[in-house]
This record gives sequence, C-alpha cells and structure tokens, in this order.
Amino acid sequence: MTAVSARAVHKVYEGPRSTLALDNISLDIPEGQFVSILGPSGCGKSTFLRCIAGLEEITDGSLYVQGKEVKGTPDNIGMVFQRDALLDWRTIEKNIMLPIEFAKKSVDAARPAMKKLLKLTGLSEFGDRYPRELSGGMRQRAAICRALIDSPDLLLMDEPFGALDALTRDQMNVELQRIWTEVRNTVVFVTHGIAEAVFLADKVVVFSPRPGRIVEVIDIDLPRPRKLSIRESAQFGTYTQHIRGLFEGMGLIDESGDDK
Amino acid sequence: MKKPHGPLRSFLLGCVSFFILMLIWEVCVRAFGVRPIMMPAPSAILRELATDPGWYLGNAGYTLMTTVVGFALSVVIGVVIAVLLVSVKWFESSIYPLIVSFNSVPKVAIAPLFVVWLGTGAEPQIAIAFLIAVFAIIVDAVHGLRSVPADVMDLGRVLKGSAWDFFFKVRLPCALPSILAGMKVSISLALVGAIVGEFVASQRGLGYIILSSQGSFDTPRVFAALFILAAMGMILFSLVELVERRVTHWRHIA
Repeated sequence: MTAVSARAVHKVYEGPRSTLALDNISLDIPEGQFVSILGPSGCGKSTFLRCIAGLEEITDGSLYVQGKEVKGTPDNIGMVFQRDALLDWRTIEKNIMLPIEFAKKSVDAARPAMKKLLKLTGLSEFGDRYPRELSGGMRQRAAICRALIDSPDLLLMDEPFGALDALTRDQMNVELQRIWTEVRNTVVFVTHGIAEAVFLADKVVVFSPRPGRIVEVIDIDLPRPRKLSIRESAQFGTYTQHIRGLFEGMGLIDESGDDK
Repeated sequence: MKKPHGPLRSFLLGCVSFFILMLIWEVCVRAFGVRPIMMPAPSAILRELATDPGWYLGNAGYTLMTTVVGFALSVVIGVVIAVLLVSVKWFESSIYPLIVSFNSVPKVAIAPLFVVWLGTGAEPQIAIAFLIAVFAIIVDAVHGLRSVPADVMDLGRVLKGSAWDFFFKVRLPCALPSILAGMKVSISLALVGAIVGEFVASQRGLGYIILSSQGSFDTPRVFAALFILAAMGMILFSLVELVERRVTHWRHIA
C-alpha cells in the first residue's frame, strides 16, 4: 500500500491577494520509505506536509494517507516540528507519554517502549529532567521520541533540525538514520538542506519556489547504514551536484557574480 | 531549591529596612514633639495594639475572611469567564465589551448599592472584594490561554485528543504562569475591596476600626489597624508568591 498518495494537489491561500502555494503536486510515497522533500524557503514544502497531517485543507485534487482520504488528521501519524514543541511543565518522560495519554492508552503499558526510545536516542539519564534543562539537540531528540511512542505508520518531520547548529545537525542526521533503521516506518522529511536531504532519504522530492511544484524526484541509491563520510563519496557528490544544478536552473543559486 | 537562602535573605533585608524606618519615625516624632492625634510614634502604636490584641485579631480575622473569600471567588469565576471568552466566539464579541465597560465604573462608587442589595453582613464586602479583584484575573487568564505557541496547537490537533485533554493537559498549564501573575495582583486588590466594603457598611473588620476611630480622633488606633492591614497584605501576597513558586517550579530551572 502507498503511505501517501497525492493527485494533482493544489493549495490556494484565499485573501485579498490569493496566493498559489501548491501547484499540481502528484506524488506516491510507498510504505516504509524515507522521503525528503527539498526546496527553498517558502516553496510550499511545509504546506504540503501540513496538508498530509490534516492541519491544512487542500483546495483541489486528492490526497490519501494509508488509503484513506485526508479529512482532519489521519490516524496513527507522528509529527516533529521545527521547534520541538515540548511542554515546559512536563518532564521528558511525561512529554514523550503525551500521545499515549491523548489516545487514552495505558501509560504503564507504554513504559517499556518509552525506555527503549530514550535509550535509542541517548536520553536515558534525562527522563526525569525538564525540557529547559536540555540542549536544543536533546530537546529535538525528545520530540522525536514523542512522535514515535505510539508507533506511527507515518512520521512527518517539518525541518526538525533547522534551528540547530551545523555540528548538532550532523549528529542528529546520523542519529535519525540509526533510529529509523530500527523503526522502519514511512518518513516524510521536509528540509532546505541538500546534503541532509540526500544523506537521509531513499527518495528526494525537489520543489520549485512558490508556487510549489515538483521539479524532480530522485531515487537515492546509497547503501545503508550511511556514515557522515559518505558525503565525501563520488556518488553522493553526483546527487548533490545534480540537485544544485536544478536550483541553479531555477535561478536560486547564482555563482556568476555578475550584476544583472 | 538551588538557593534556599535567596528569599530568606531578601526577607531579612526587608526587616532591617523596616526597623530603620520605624526608628527614624520614632526619633522624628519625639524630636519634633508631634502630637499623637497627628502622627503617633511606632511605640505608641505597639502599645495600642497590646491593649486588646484579641479584639484586633478578631476584626483582622473578619477582614481576612472577606478578602480571601472574595479573592477565591475572583480566581474561580475569573478563570471560567476567561475560558469562555477564549473558546466561545459569541461570548467574546457580546460579553467582553460589557466586562470592559463595567470595569471602568469605579467599584467604590457602586459599593453603597451592594448594601441595598445584599444587606449589612459580610456579603457586600465579599462582593466588592470580588468585583475589584476579578478583572485582573480575567485579563491575565485570557492572555495566558491565548499564549499557547502555534506548533503546540498543531501538536494538539495531530494527537487527536479530546478537547478536555487538550485544555487540561496543554492549554491550562500553559496559561498557569499568567493566571498566577494575575492572582498576585488580585490578592492585593481583594484586600482593597474588603476595606472599601467595610467603609461603606460594616460593624466589624479593620476598615470599620479605621473609620470609627478616625471619627473619634483616636489616631493611634487607626495606625494600629493600618499596621495589621499592611502585615496582612504582605503575608497574603507572599503566600500567593509561594504557591506560584510551587506550581510553576519548572520555570525557575536553568
């Protein structure tokens, strides 16, 4: 079954000057794939993710998640936001348990899963701490635990490492890959980092600037598990050069240095 | 918890400056021979308090009761009104302007009416304490309930929990710091309201002592009541502050 199936999806923001955010997006995401959606800021990639999450309605076209038309939030999805959206008054453990509580499931039954996720993300010693006591990277790892606690079929990540510094970001990329090889659910990962998108994904979907259109879908055929050093390999370079070429073609990168 | 001597230190420093102030006051009154009817010395006020501590305590207890009941009502009803304002569209558009315009009427001006409506018992005092205190709660609670970050709102929608869960597990805790800030303002206002109520119609309480002693030019007695009032105000405020520290302890880490 396809996890996400979009057919000619359009999204228009109505207003005095109505803007077209998504223009004719058609995309199939097979179950169990890690898909990066890559594009410049404001290209509608986050809007597309929010449509999948049922946080925004599409204007035209059809959008199915796990075979069901999206009307409100689909069942059994997890989401990670750009800022971690942790609740300051709950300890890390209680933050992670929030989806369990909301789903009216047994917190005690979910405790082993929570401990396992804490271990997987290296947060075992920080379960009883409050978010304010943790660094940005640790907070985002806790947010990932929270998104995974109820074993979602589909994990949506909206530029989750965008607010982190470059080193932490690299570290998080390695960890996310390791977590994902354990969990193996479908992931839709929105980013504007070319290297990040290629490093993590089975498939990179390149968006054009507003209105968001799919420019190309690139299958990433790199062996897993991937190490950071893979970024220096020729094959990796071929992918990133190709994508950079696409962005240059769209006028997003200009290295000529001439004044126009 | 990290600096247990922090609050204690500031409390002790406060005591020191208080005693210095009292000392200056005492010296000035004696040096310039100020008559007690104008301004009694602190020692005279203490002597006055010592003449009938039970009577002062009883009246202070009455004022404390009306203040605390008025304050408690303002917190409960204020938060409920704030929740309605934030969550029910028509309530906000129709009721909020009414609340604002009602608040602009000085409560002191309508205090005599409460005596007509509620009699001369404790009810009018409680009602006035409530009315003066409730607005601060409403304003701060509305602000707090609206301060839930956008991505936390999204998280709530993605988790598909009940409205009940979202309110009690996300929205209300998020608003709590603001509500507690409002409570710190409104506890002092409730005390003002209780005294105003006693000024208008009461045979008991610190406000009554002040008004009746002033009528008989017994200024030491007025000051004795004021001393108790000041102490009471400070203690009540500190108690709310203590509750605030306990409830929102997570705000004071790191």
